[in-house]
Amino acid sequence: MKPARFDYVRAEHLAEVHDVLAENGNDARVIAGGQTLLPMLSMRLARPKVVVDIMHLPQLQTIDADKGTIRIGAGVRQAQLLGWPLLSDRQPLLAAALPWVGHAQTRNRGTICGSLAHADPSAEIPLVLVALGGTIELSSRRGRRRIAADIFFTGMMSTARSEDELIEAAILPARPTGSGYAFQEFGRRHGDFAIAACAAVATDKGTRLAVAGVADRATMHDFAALDGSALDDALDAFAWDLDARDDLHATARYRRELVRRMGRAVIEEARRCRA
Amino acid sequence: MPRLNATQRHRVRLTVNGRQVEADAEPRMLLTDFLRHELGLTGTHVGCEHGVCGACTIDIDGVPARACLTLAVQADGGTIRTVESLAPEPGRLSILQQAFRRHHALQCGFCTAGILMSLDCYLRDRPEPTEAELREFLGGHLCRCTGYTPILKAALEAATMLHKKRPEEQLHA
Repeated sequence: MKPARFDYVRAEHLAEVHDVLAENGNDARVIAGGQTLLPMLSMRLARPKVVVDIMHLPQLQTIDADKGTIRIGAGVRQAQLLGWPLLSDRQPLLAAALPWVGHAQTRNRGTICGSLAHADPSAEIPLVLVALGGTIELSSRRGRRRIAADIFFTGMMSTARSEDELIEAAILPARPTGSGYAFQEFGRRHGDFAIAACAAVATDKGTRLAVAGVADRATMHDFAALDGSALDDALDAFAWDLDARDDLHATARYRRELVRRMGRAVIEEARRCRA
Repeated sequence: MPRLNATQRHRVRLTVNGRQVEADAEPRMLLTDFLRHELGLTGTHVGCEHGVCGACTIDIDGVPARACLTLAVQADGGTIRTVESLAPEPGRLSILQQAFRRHHALQCGFCTAGILMSLDCYLRDRPEPTEAELREFLGGHLCRCTGYTPILKAALEAATMLHKKRPEEQLHA
Protein backbone atom coordinates (compact mmCIF):
# COMPACT_ATOMS: atom_id res chain seq x y z
CA MET A 1 0.00 0.00 0.00
CA LYS A 2 2.77 2.44 -0.86
CA PRO A 3 2.80 4.42 -4.09
CA ALA A 4 5.33 3.53 -6.77
CA ARG A 5 8.05 6.13 -7.33
CA PHE A 6 7.28 9.36 -9.15
CA ASP A 7 8.85 12.77 -9.67
CA TYR A 8 7.01 15.59 -7.92
CA VAL A 9 6.71 19.02 -9.53
CA ARG A 10 5.48 21.97 -7.50
CA ALA A 11 4.17 24.24 -10.25
CA GLU A 12 4.62 27.97 -9.75
CA HIS A 13 3.10 29.00 -13.10
CA LEU A 14 0.18 27.59 -15.03
CA ALA A 15 2.40 27.11 -18.10
CA GLU A 16 4.52 24.66 -16.10
CA VAL A 17 1.48 22.46 -15.49
CA HIS A 18 0.72 22.52 -19.23
CA ASP A 19 4.34 21.68 -20.04
CA VAL A 20 4.45 18.69 -17.69
CA LEU A 21 1.16 17.38 -19.10
CA ALA A 22 2.21 17.96 -22.72
CA GLU A 23 5.61 16.31 -22.22
CA ASN A 24 4.47 13.33 -20.15
CA GLY A 25 0.92 12.70 -21.37
CA ASN A 26 -0.68 9.81 -19.55
CA ASP A 27 2.43 9.31 -17.39
CA ALA A 28 1.64 12.58 -15.60
CA ARG A 29 -1.05 13.13 -12.99
CA VAL A 30 -2.23 16.41 -11.54
CA ILE A 31 -2.50 16.51 -7.76
CA ALA A 32 -4.72 19.08 -6.05
CA GLY A 33 -6.28 17.90 -2.77
CA GLY A 34 -5.14 14.33 -3.44
CA GLN A 35 -8.19 12.74 -1.83
CA THR A 36 -8.89 10.48 -4.80
CA LEU A 37 -5.42 10.41 -6.36
CA LEU A 38 -3.61 9.22 -3.22
CA PRO A 39 -5.71 6.03 -2.85
CA MET A 40 -5.16 5.35 -6.57
CA LEU A 41 -1.40 5.80 -6.09
CA SER A 42 -1.24 3.76 -2.87
CA MET A 43 -3.18 0.87 -4.42
CA ARG A 44 -1.05 1.31 -7.53
CA LEU A 45 -4.10 1.61 -9.72
CA ALA A 46 -2.22 4.65 -11.04
CA ARG A 47 1.56 4.61 -11.54
CA PRO A 48 2.45 8.00 -13.00
CA LYS A 49 6.08 8.96 -13.65
CA VAL A 50 5.42 12.53 -12.58
CA VAL A 51 2.89 14.17 -10.28
CA VAL A 52 2.34 17.92 -10.68
CA ASP A 53 1.00 19.86 -7.70
CA ILE A 54 -1.29 22.75 -8.67
CA MET A 55 -2.07 24.00 -5.15
CA HIS A 56 0.56 26.75 -5.21
CA LEU A 57 -1.14 28.64 -8.05
CA PRO A 58 -3.26 31.43 -6.55
CA GLN A 59 -5.18 31.99 -9.80
CA LEU A 60 -6.72 28.51 -9.49
CA GLN A 61 -8.00 29.14 -5.96
CA THR A 62 -10.85 31.49 -6.78
CA ILE A 63 -14.64 31.27 -6.76
CA ASP A 64 -15.99 33.87 -9.22
CA ALA A 65 -19.70 34.62 -9.34
CA ASP A 66 -20.93 36.96 -12.07
CA LYS A 67 -23.34 37.22 -15.01
CA GLY A 68 -25.41 34.28 -13.89
CA THR A 69 -22.55 31.82 -13.53
CA ILE A 70 -20.26 30.52 -10.82
CA ARG A 71 -16.73 29.61 -11.84
CA ILE A 72 -14.87 27.34 -9.42
CA GLY A 73 -11.11 27.11 -9.92
CA ALA A 74 -9.19 23.84 -9.83
CA GLY A 75 -7.59 24.68 -6.49
CA VAL A 76 -10.87 25.31 -4.64
CA ARG A 77 -11.37 22.78 -1.88
CA GLN A 78 -14.81 21.32 -1.17
CA ALA A 79 -14.80 22.74 2.38
CA GLN A 80 -13.88 26.18 1.01
CA LEU A 81 -16.88 26.15 -1.32
CA LEU A 82 -19.16 24.88 1.47
CA GLY A 83 -17.98 27.83 3.57
CA TRP A 84 -18.63 30.34 0.78
CA PRO A 85 -21.38 32.56 2.25
CA LEU A 86 -23.17 33.01 -1.10
CA LEU A 87 -23.38 29.31 -1.97
CA SER A 88 -26.88 28.44 -0.80
CA ASP A 89 -28.27 31.60 -2.39
CA ARG A 90 -26.43 31.30 -5.73
CA GLN A 91 -26.59 27.56 -6.18
CA PRO A 92 -28.76 25.71 -3.66
CA LEU A 93 -28.43 22.33 -5.39
CA LEU A 94 -24.66 22.36 -4.93
CA ALA A 95 -25.16 23.52 -1.32
CA ALA A 96 -27.48 20.55 -0.73
CA ALA A 97 -25.19 17.97 -2.35
CA LEU A 98 -21.76 19.04 -1.04
CA PRO A 99 -22.25 17.80 2.56
CA TRP A 100 -22.68 14.31 1.04
CA VAL A 101 -19.24 14.37 -0.61
CA GLY A 102 -16.96 12.12 1.44
CA HIS A 103 -16.50 13.21 5.05
CA ALA A 104 -15.70 16.57 6.63
CA GLN A 105 -12.14 15.29 7.05
CA THR A 106 -11.73 14.61 3.30
CA ARG A 107 -13.67 17.72 2.15
CA ASN A 108 -11.07 19.80 3.99
CA ARG A 109 -8.54 18.85 1.32
CA GLY A 110 -10.48 17.43 -1.63
CA THR A 111 -11.29 19.79 -4.51
CA ILE A 112 -14.35 20.26 -6.71
CA CYS A 113 -12.40 19.77 -9.93
CA GLY A 114 -10.54 16.76 -8.52
CA SER A 115 -13.85 14.98 -8.14
CA LEU A 116 -14.71 15.86 -11.76
CA ALA A 117 -11.35 14.52 -12.93
CA HIS A 118 -11.85 11.25 -11.07
CA ALA A 119 -15.35 10.80 -12.58
CA ASP A 120 -16.61 8.19 -10.16
CA PRO A 121 -20.10 7.13 -11.34
CA SER A 122 -21.54 7.58 -7.83
CA ALA A 123 -19.96 10.97 -7.11
CA GLU A 124 -22.15 13.93 -6.17
CA ILE A 125 -20.24 16.81 -7.82
CA PRO A 126 -20.40 15.36 -11.36
CA LEU A 127 -24.09 14.65 -10.71
CA VAL A 128 -24.75 18.29 -9.81
CA LEU A 129 -22.88 19.54 -12.87
CA VAL A 130 -24.86 17.24 -15.16
CA ALA A 131 -28.17 18.17 -13.52
CA LEU A 132 -27.51 21.91 -13.87
CA GLY A 133 -26.06 21.78 -17.37
CA GLY A 134 -22.67 22.97 -16.13
CA THR A 135 -19.45 23.06 -18.13
CA ILE A 136 -15.85 22.08 -17.56
CA GLU A 137 -13.04 24.41 -18.60
CA LEU A 138 -9.95 22.64 -19.90
CA SER A 139 -6.65 24.26 -20.73
CA SER A 140 -3.42 23.12 -22.33
CA ARG A 141 -0.53 24.47 -24.36
CA ARG A 142 -2.90 24.30 -27.34
CA GLY A 143 -5.38 26.68 -25.75
CA ARG A 144 -8.56 26.59 -23.79
CA ARG A 145 -11.96 24.99 -24.34
CA ARG A 146 -15.21 24.46 -22.52
CA ILE A 147 -17.17 21.25 -22.66
CA ALA A 148 -20.68 20.48 -21.40
CA ALA A 149 -20.73 18.22 -18.34
CA ASP A 150 -23.06 15.63 -19.90
CA ILE A 151 -20.59 14.92 -22.70
CA PHE A 152 -17.47 15.40 -20.55
CA PHE A 153 -18.19 12.21 -18.61
CA THR A 154 -17.75 9.34 -21.03
CA GLY A 155 -18.03 6.32 -18.74
CA MET A 156 -16.77 4.72 -15.55
CA MET A 157 -13.93 6.97 -14.35
CA SER A 158 -13.32 8.26 -17.85
CA THR A 159 -13.75 11.71 -19.32
CA ALA A 160 -13.28 13.65 -22.56
CA ARG A 161 -10.15 15.34 -21.17
CA SER A 162 -7.16 14.91 -23.48
CA GLU A 163 -4.02 13.75 -21.72
CA ASP A 164 -2.31 17.14 -22.13
CA GLU A 165 -5.23 19.06 -20.62
CA LEU A 166 -5.74 20.45 -17.13
CA ILE A 167 -9.25 20.80 -15.70
CA GLU A 168 -8.89 24.46 -14.85
CA ALA A 169 -12.40 25.23 -13.60
CA ALA A 170 -15.96 24.04 -13.21
CA ILE A 171 -18.65 26.44 -14.35
CA LEU A 172 -22.19 26.28 -13.05
CA PRO A 173 -25.22 28.38 -13.85
CA ALA A 174 -26.37 30.42 -10.85
CA ARG A 175 -29.90 29.73 -9.69
CA PRO A 176 -32.34 31.37 -12.09
CA THR A 177 -35.26 33.02 -10.34
CA GLY A 178 -38.28 30.78 -10.08
CA SER A 179 -36.41 27.50 -10.20
CA GLY A 180 -36.61 24.69 -7.65
CA TYR A 181 -34.02 22.14 -6.61
CA ALA A 182 -33.87 18.94 -4.62
CA PHE A 183 -31.20 16.38 -3.77
CA GLN A 184 -31.35 12.98 -2.07
CA GLU A 185 -28.83 10.24 -1.62
CA PHE A 186 -29.04 6.68 -0.39
CA GLY A 187 -26.02 4.83 1.01
CA ARG A 188 -25.22 2.49 3.87
CA ARG A 189 -23.57 5.27 5.88
CA HIS A 190 -23.27 9.04 5.43
CA GLY A 191 -20.07 9.65 3.50
CA ASP A 192 -19.99 6.27 1.79
CA PHE A 193 -20.26 6.00 -1.96
CA ALA A 194 -23.87 6.50 -3.00
CA ILE A 195 -25.82 3.39 -3.93
CA ALA A 196 -27.97 5.93 -5.75
CA ALA A 197 -28.19 9.72 -5.64
CA CYS A 198 -30.83 11.88 -7.32
CA ALA A 199 -30.88 15.58 -8.14
CA ALA A 200 -33.87 17.41 -9.63
CA VAL A 201 -34.10 20.86 -11.18
CA ALA A 202 -37.57 22.32 -11.81
CA THR A 203 -37.96 25.35 -14.08
CA ASP A 204 -40.78 26.79 -16.16
CA LYS A 205 -39.65 24.50 -19.01
CA GLY A 206 -40.07 21.28 -17.05
CA THR A 207 -38.23 19.11 -14.57
CA ARG A 208 -34.86 17.48 -15.05
CA LEU A 209 -33.78 14.45 -13.03
CA ALA A 210 -30.14 13.37 -12.82
CA VAL A 211 -29.03 10.11 -11.22
CA ALA A 212 -25.62 8.94 -9.98
CA GLY A 213 -24.51 5.53 -8.72
CA VAL A 214 -26.63 3.52 -11.16
CA ALA A 215 -25.27 3.91 -14.69
CA ASP A 216 -21.53 4.15 -15.50
CA ARG A 217 -21.78 7.95 -15.17
CA ALA A 218 -24.20 10.61 -13.94
CA THR A 219 -27.19 10.51 -16.30
CA MET A 220 -30.04 12.96 -16.79
CA HIS A 221 -33.49 12.99 -18.28
CA ASP A 222 -36.02 15.78 -18.81
CA PHE A 223 -39.53 15.01 -17.62
CA ALA A 224 -41.93 17.50 -19.21
CA ALA A 225 -44.93 18.38 -17.06
CA LEU A 226 -45.80 14.80 -16.17
CA ASP A 227 -47.67 13.90 -13.03
CA GLY A 228 -49.39 10.99 -11.32
CA SER A 229 -49.02 7.57 -12.92
CA ALA A 230 -47.64 9.09 -16.14
CA LEU A 231 -44.63 10.30 -14.12
CA ASP A 232 -44.27 6.85 -12.54
CA ASP A 233 -44.23 5.26 -15.99
CA ALA A 234 -41.64 7.75 -17.27
CA LEU A 235 -39.45 7.15 -14.19
CA ASP A 236 -39.75 3.41 -14.68
CA ALA A 237 -38.61 3.69 -18.30
CA PHE A 238 -35.73 5.96 -17.26
CA ALA A 239 -34.71 3.52 -14.47
CA TRP A 240 -34.57 0.63 -16.97
CA ASP A 241 -32.56 2.73 -19.45
CA LEU A 242 -29.82 3.30 -16.85
CA ASP A 243 -28.66 -0.29 -17.33
CA ALA A 244 -28.02 -0.87 -13.62
CA ARG A 245 -25.62 -3.63 -12.56
CA ASP A 246 -25.47 -5.88 -9.52
CA ASP A 247 -22.52 -5.35 -7.21
CA LEU A 248 -21.48 -5.98 -3.59
CA HIS A 249 -23.61 -3.13 -2.31
CA ALA A 250 -26.93 -3.55 -4.13
CA THR A 251 -28.63 -5.43 -6.93
CA ALA A 252 -29.63 -3.77 -10.18
CA ARG A 253 -33.29 -4.25 -9.24
CA TYR A 254 -32.74 -2.49 -5.92
CA ARG A 255 -31.06 0.44 -7.65
CA ARG A 256 -33.92 0.77 -10.16
CA GLU A 257 -36.36 0.88 -7.25
CA LEU A 258 -34.30 3.64 -5.62
CA VAL A 259 -34.45 5.63 -8.87
CA ARG A 260 -38.23 5.24 -9.04
CA ARG A 261 -38.81 6.30 -5.42
CA MET A 262 -36.10 8.89 -4.82
CA GLY A 263 -36.58 10.21 -8.36
CA ARG A 264 -40.24 10.85 -7.71
CA ALA A 265 -39.48 12.38 -4.29
CA VAL A 266 -36.89 14.85 -5.59
CA ILE A 267 -38.99 15.80 -8.63
CA GLU A 268 -41.93 16.61 -6.36
CA GLU A 269 -39.74 18.46 -3.89
CA ALA A 270 -38.08 20.54 -6.63
CA ARG A 271 -41.51 21.47 -8.02
CA ARG A 272 -42.70 22.49 -4.55
CA CYS A 273 -39.57 24.63 -4.06
CA ARG A 274 -40.32 26.36 -7.36
CA ALA A 275 -43.90 27.09 -6.39
CA MET B 1 9.66 25.25 -10.79
CA PRO B 2 10.98 22.81 -8.17
CA ARG B 3 11.09 19.27 -9.52
CA LEU B 4 11.83 16.58 -6.96
CA ASN B 5 13.43 13.47 -8.38
CA ALA B 6 11.61 10.19 -7.69
CA THR B 7 14.64 8.24 -6.49
CA GLN B 8 16.12 10.87 -4.20
CA ARG B 9 15.21 12.08 -0.75
CA HIS B 10 14.32 15.72 -0.38
CA ARG B 11 14.31 18.00 2.61
CA VAL B 12 10.82 18.67 4.02
CA ARG B 13 10.39 21.44 6.59
CA LEU B 14 7.29 21.65 8.77
CA THR B 15 5.99 23.04 12.00
CA VAL B 16 4.85 20.01 13.99
CA ASN B 17 3.20 20.50 17.39
CA GLY B 18 4.68 23.98 17.60
CA ARG B 19 8.25 22.93 16.77
CA GLN B 20 10.15 23.56 13.55
CA VAL B 21 11.26 20.18 12.25
CA GLU B 22 12.89 18.89 9.09
CA ALA B 23 13.66 15.50 7.64
CA ASP B 24 14.08 13.88 4.24
CA ALA B 25 11.43 12.16 2.14
CA GLU B 26 11.08 10.63 -1.30
CA PRO B 27 8.25 12.29 -3.25
CA ARG B 28 6.12 9.15 -2.81
CA MET B 29 6.37 9.11 0.99
CA LEU B 30 3.00 9.51 2.73
CA LEU B 31 2.73 12.02 5.55
CA THR B 32 1.79 9.18 7.93
CA ASP B 33 5.11 7.45 7.27
CA PHE B 34 6.99 10.74 7.45
CA LEU B 35 5.55 11.47 10.90
CA ARG B 36 6.08 7.95 12.21
CA HIS B 37 9.37 6.90 10.62
CA GLU B 38 11.24 10.13 10.05
CA LEU B 39 10.01 12.17 13.03
CA GLY B 40 9.31 9.28 15.42
CA LEU B 41 5.78 10.51 16.16
CA THR B 42 4.05 7.14 16.32
CA GLY B 43 0.86 8.43 17.94
CA THR B 44 -0.64 8.87 14.45
CA HIS B 45 -1.83 5.42 13.41
CA VAL B 46 -1.93 3.81 9.98
CA GLY B 47 -5.16 1.90 9.38
CA CYS B 48 -6.59 1.39 5.93
CA GLU B 49 -4.09 3.69 4.18
CA HIS B 50 -6.66 4.82 1.64
CA GLY B 51 -8.67 7.40 3.51
CA VAL B 52 -11.59 5.32 4.70
CA CYS B 53 -10.91 4.53 8.38
CA GLY B 54 -9.75 7.89 9.75
CA ALA B 55 -7.11 6.47 12.14
CA CYS B 56 -4.41 8.74 10.66
CA THR B 57 -6.43 11.97 10.96
CA ILE B 58 -4.29 14.93 12.08
CA ASP B 59 -4.62 18.72 12.04
CA ILE B 60 -3.14 20.02 8.78
CA ASP B 61 -3.04 23.82 8.59
CA GLY B 62 -5.85 24.15 11.09
CA VAL B 63 -8.30 21.54 9.80
CA PRO B 64 -8.65 17.80 10.38
CA ALA B 65 -7.47 15.77 7.40
CA ARG B 66 -6.10 12.34 6.52
CA ALA B 67 -2.33 12.07 6.83
CA CYS B 68 -2.42 8.95 4.61
CA LEU B 69 -4.00 10.97 1.78
CA THR B 70 -1.26 13.59 1.89
CA LEU B 71 2.29 13.35 0.59
CA ALA B 72 5.01 14.57 2.91
CA VAL B 73 6.27 16.87 0.13
CA GLN B 74 2.78 18.41 -0.21
CA ALA B 75 2.86 19.36 3.46
CA ASP B 76 6.24 21.12 3.10
CA GLY B 77 6.05 24.51 4.79
CA GLY B 78 2.80 23.63 6.55
CA THR B 79 1.68 23.50 10.15
CA ILE B 80 0.67 20.20 11.66
CA ARG B 81 -0.63 19.02 15.00
CA THR B 82 -0.73 15.36 15.99
CA VAL B 83 -2.15 13.53 18.99
CA GLU B 84 1.14 14.06 20.81
CA SER B 85 0.19 17.75 21.13
CA LEU B 86 -3.03 17.20 23.08
CA ALA B 87 -1.84 16.45 26.61
CA PRO B 88 -0.74 19.70 28.29
CA GLU B 89 2.16 17.95 30.07
CA PRO B 90 3.34 14.41 30.76
CA GLY B 91 0.93 12.67 33.08
CA ARG B 92 -1.92 15.10 32.42
CA LEU B 93 -4.64 14.64 29.82
CA SER B 94 -6.59 17.27 27.93
CA ILE B 95 -10.27 17.78 28.75
CA LEU B 96 -11.26 15.79 25.66
CA GLN B 97 -8.89 12.95 26.54
CA GLN B 98 -10.16 12.89 30.12
CA ALA B 99 -13.73 12.61 28.82
CA PHE B 100 -12.68 9.68 26.61
CA ARG B 101 -11.23 7.95 29.67
CA ARG B 102 -14.29 8.56 31.84
CA HIS B 103 -16.71 7.26 29.21
CA HIS B 104 -14.60 4.30 28.06
CA ALA B 105 -14.60 5.84 24.59
CA LEU B 106 -11.76 3.56 23.56
CA GLN B 107 -10.91 -0.08 23.94
CA CYS B 108 -8.07 -1.14 21.66
CA GLY B 109 -7.23 2.51 20.99
CA PHE B 110 -6.25 2.06 17.36
CA CYS B 111 -8.76 4.60 16.02
CA THR B 112 -8.48 6.95 19.00
CA ALA B 113 -5.68 9.27 17.90
CA GLY B 114 -7.55 10.13 14.70
CA ILE B 115 -10.87 10.65 16.44
CA LEU B 116 -9.27 12.86 19.11
CA MET B 117 -7.63 15.06 16.48
CA SER B 118 -10.86 15.37 14.49
CA LEU B 119 -12.84 16.31 17.60
CA ASP B 120 -10.15 18.63 18.91
CA CYS B 121 -10.35 20.67 15.67
CA TYR B 122 -14.13 20.43 15.46
CA LEU B 123 -14.85 21.61 19.00
CA ARG B 124 -12.68 24.68 18.47
CA ASP B 125 -14.84 25.77 15.54
CA ARG B 126 -18.16 24.54 16.90
CA PRO B 127 -18.20 24.85 20.67
CA GLU B 128 -21.85 23.80 20.99
CA PRO B 129 -22.41 20.94 18.53
CA THR B 130 -25.66 19.01 18.51
CA GLU B 131 -25.62 15.25 18.84
CA ALA B 132 -26.71 14.92 15.21
CA GLU B 133 -23.85 17.12 14.00
CA LEU B 134 -21.35 15.10 16.01
CA ARG B 135 -22.74 11.83 14.67
CA GLU B 136 -22.32 13.04 11.10
CA PHE B 137 -18.83 14.36 11.80
CA LEU B 138 -17.78 11.09 13.48
CA GLY B 139 -18.99 9.29 10.34
CA GLY B 140 -15.50 10.03 9.03
CA HIS B 141 -14.05 7.50 11.48
CA LEU B 142 -14.29 3.78 11.97
CA CYS B 143 -14.17 2.22 15.45
CA ARG B 144 -14.69 -1.54 15.70
CA CYS B 145 -14.68 -1.73 19.52
CA THR B 146 -16.96 0.80 21.11
CA GLY B 147 -20.08 1.01 18.96
CA TYR B 148 -19.52 4.81 18.97
CA THR B 149 -21.98 5.59 21.77
CA PRO B 150 -19.28 6.18 24.43
CA ILE B 151 -17.31 8.31 21.93
CA LEU B 152 -20.38 10.45 21.32
CA LYS B 153 -21.00 10.83 25.07
CA ALA B 154 -17.37 11.80 25.68
CA ALA B 155 -17.45 14.36 22.86
CA LEU B 156 -20.68 15.95 24.11
CA GLU B 157 -19.40 16.14 27.67
CA ALA B 158 -16.05 17.59 26.57
CA ALA B 159 -17.89 20.17 24.45
CA THR B 160 -19.94 21.28 27.45
CA MET B 161 -16.89 21.48 29.71
CA LEU B 162 -14.82 23.36 27.17
CA HIS B 163 -17.61 25.78 26.43
CA LYS B 164 -17.85 26.72 30.11
CA LYS B 165 -14.18 27.60 30.25
CA ARG B 166 -12.78 30.94 29.21
CA PRO B 167 -11.63 31.00 25.58
CA GLU B 168 -7.90 31.29 26.40
CA GLU B 169 -8.11 28.16 28.55
CA GLN B 170 -9.76 26.05 25.86
CA LEU B 171 -8.78 22.52 24.92
CA HIS B 172 -5.20 22.61 26.12
CA ALA B 173 -5.85 23.85 29.64
